[in-house]
Amino acid sequence: MSQQKPKTIFEKIWDSHVVKRADGYPDALFIDRHFIHEVTSPQAFDGLRKRGIPVFNTKRTTATADHNVPTKDQHLPIKEALSRHQVETLRKNCAEFGVELYDLGHPYQGIVHIIGPELGLTLPGMTIVCGDSHTSTHGAFGNIAFGIGTSEVEQVLATQCILQYKPKTMKIEINGKLGKGVVSKDIILYIISKISASGATGFFVEYAGDTIRGLSMEARMTICNMSIEMGARGGLIAPDETTFNYIKGRKFAPQGEAFNKKVDEWKNLKTDDGATYDSVLKFDAADIAPMITYGTNPGMGMKVTDRIPSVDELKEISEHASFKKSLEYMGLEPGSSLLGKAIDYVFIGSCTNARIEDLRLVANMVKGKTKAPNVEVWVIPGSKQVEQQAIKEGLNKVFEEAGFELRSPGCSACLGMNEDKVPAGKYCISTSNRNFEGRQGPKSRTFLASPLSAAAAAITGRVTDVRELV
Amino acid sequence: MSKDKFTTLKSTAVPLPIENIDTDQIIPARFLKATTREGFGDNLFRDWRYDAENNPVNDFVLNNRKDTGKILVAGKNFGCGSSREHAAWAIYDFGFRVVVSSFFADIFKNNALNNGLLPIVVSDNFLKHMLAAIEAKPSTEVVVDLENQVLQVGEVQEAFEINQYKKTCLMNGYDDIDYLLSLSKEVKEFDLAH
Ligand code: SF4
Repeated sequence: MSQQKPKTIFEKIWDSHVVKRADGYPDALFIDRHFIHEVTSPQAFDGLRKRGIPVFNTKRTTATADHNVPTKDQHLPIKEALSRHQVETLRKNCAEFGVELYDLGHPYQGIVHIIGPELGLTLPGMTIVCGDSHTSTHGAFGNIAFGIGTSEVEQVLATQCILQYKPKTMKIEINGKLGKGVVSKDIILYIISKISASGATGFFVEYAGDTIRGLSMEARMTICNMSIEMGARGGLIAPDETTFNYIKGRKFAPQGEAFNKKVDEWKNLKTDDGATYDSVLKFDAADIAPMITYGTNPGMGMKVTDRIPSVDELKEISEHASFKKSLEYMGLEPGSSLLGKAIDYVFIGSCTNARIEDLRLVANMVKGKTKAPNVEVWVIPGSKQVEQQAIKEGLNKVFEEAGFELRSPGCSACLGMNEDKVPAGKYCISTSNRNFEGRQGPKSRTFLASPLSAAAAAITGRVTDVRELV
Repeated sequence: MSKDKFTTLKSTAVPLPIENIDTDQIIPARFLKATTREGFGDNLFRDWRYDAENNPVNDFVLNNRKDTGKILVAGKNFGCGSSREHAAWAIYDFGFRVVVSSFFADIFKNNALNNGLLPIVVSDNFLKHMLAAIEAKPSTEVVVDLENQVLQVGEVQEAFEINQYKKTCLMNGYDDIDYLLSLSKEVKEFDLAH
């Protein structure tokens, strides 16, 4: 038998899902799992209706309502007319086409990228898409998961395939021991600050190294989640015992003997010795500190103890105008430090950091303490299951005593499509993934940070080096 | 859905020399609630075009040019951020058919191509030249020749790359579903085996 060319895990999964490869055409890639939500699916269902075709395989499609659902009084009809209409349209479409929907009030409802993994719908070796860029989250299980547009949602609904060119591959290796107060969010904010918001455009990233291996599944998801914030198509981590233990016993995961058989298969999902990447980057965990962003893209981040760069420190002159505009928007001075800066809101939530582990981290930090009077703190669990678990563990009590408001699941202030908006000019420390202008509400100002740093800021009312509190 | 056929376009162009324009600027999330594809153009660059009281911001380029043209010229890394196709729909719905930049975010590029909006990648130098030319003289004619893959601004031109499959789709008004549906037998077999 001839020797097979060594392959990366990405190439193994990709190649095994190509239904058709033809000269001059992109690959037709089979999609194992399709997640949909209310915002990017209505026009796709319309397309099916116009063509008069059904959903190709409803068993591979799962829907939930998350982007613009209220996080208070979820049992009542949605007040805002347009949001209500979008959620109702999803309901109608799912009923008409026979797609399983985890609607408001359902015990499995939640942010699409949180419910997939917790229900065992997200598994190693799969191809997974969703009309949402943070689909990259699922890559933490060792699969190819990426965000798509609505035309592509229609493609997948109609054909269970998507036309795609194979992206280039990048390996990001992180080795070493993380310092005090440093968590996975800091790792990814650090990487993006080093390579910029477009540093991985055109690539699919594999995260490797012993630091990554030491992380829990939840922490790995945080990292893969933000792959898109450096422009990558997606990011993945080869599965290992941590992965298999997480999946075991989950609702829709294979059970018993079938599970064991799958695990044997999944063990082959790793990059072969000698396989090559188009790009390889290496970082040392010891260099990473608690991070914070100061600008209006996730690449504009720094160690919380650093100064914002001054204009002449920027490498590229072409960036001066954007940089100034960004700091003006944020109401910040080039060259200044953020430590001690008063904040107004703290948002703990989003598909980046609203899993039970994040809530535990926050609860641990604030236990017995109270929030500063100048801040309002929202804790928005990523899913109904996270919410229930938090209550079961009594985290709700800790939050209540601290003056934090624990609400119901949804995307919430991550993108401000519901009522949860940060008012104009106000500062919010947020555990979400985007600090774009107006992302959390018109003229809102966002500092991205880890749940730990956000909790610290909630207590002091200021941008704080969390290491002073732990 | 299939779009108009695209061959050659002659138009003036609108300069937006800002880098990293993200999809939240192109169409803020609060305007994503429609369930059809039309009408998003009204809210294109909403928070740059209108102030908090909904008054037009007079010095924003889309408000102060009489002849807006069908070509948008923007700084590098255009369309970064979310996968919302609404960004491409809003630009198209507003009346643009081409966006020129020195770098595009991946998903945006795909979304644009899937909706009859042509993203053209030019060199940094050409972008600089183009922005200077159209800022100095808004009536500068720009010609996009898709067939020959050439972009001409005044007297200066640059060739651009486009994927051949996407080029064929644009020139004929086809879309991907037509192609994928033709594979459905193979896909069914694949589905059963997985
Ligand atoms: S939480 Fe934020 S980033 Fe995640 S899916 Fe919702 S809107 Fe998108």
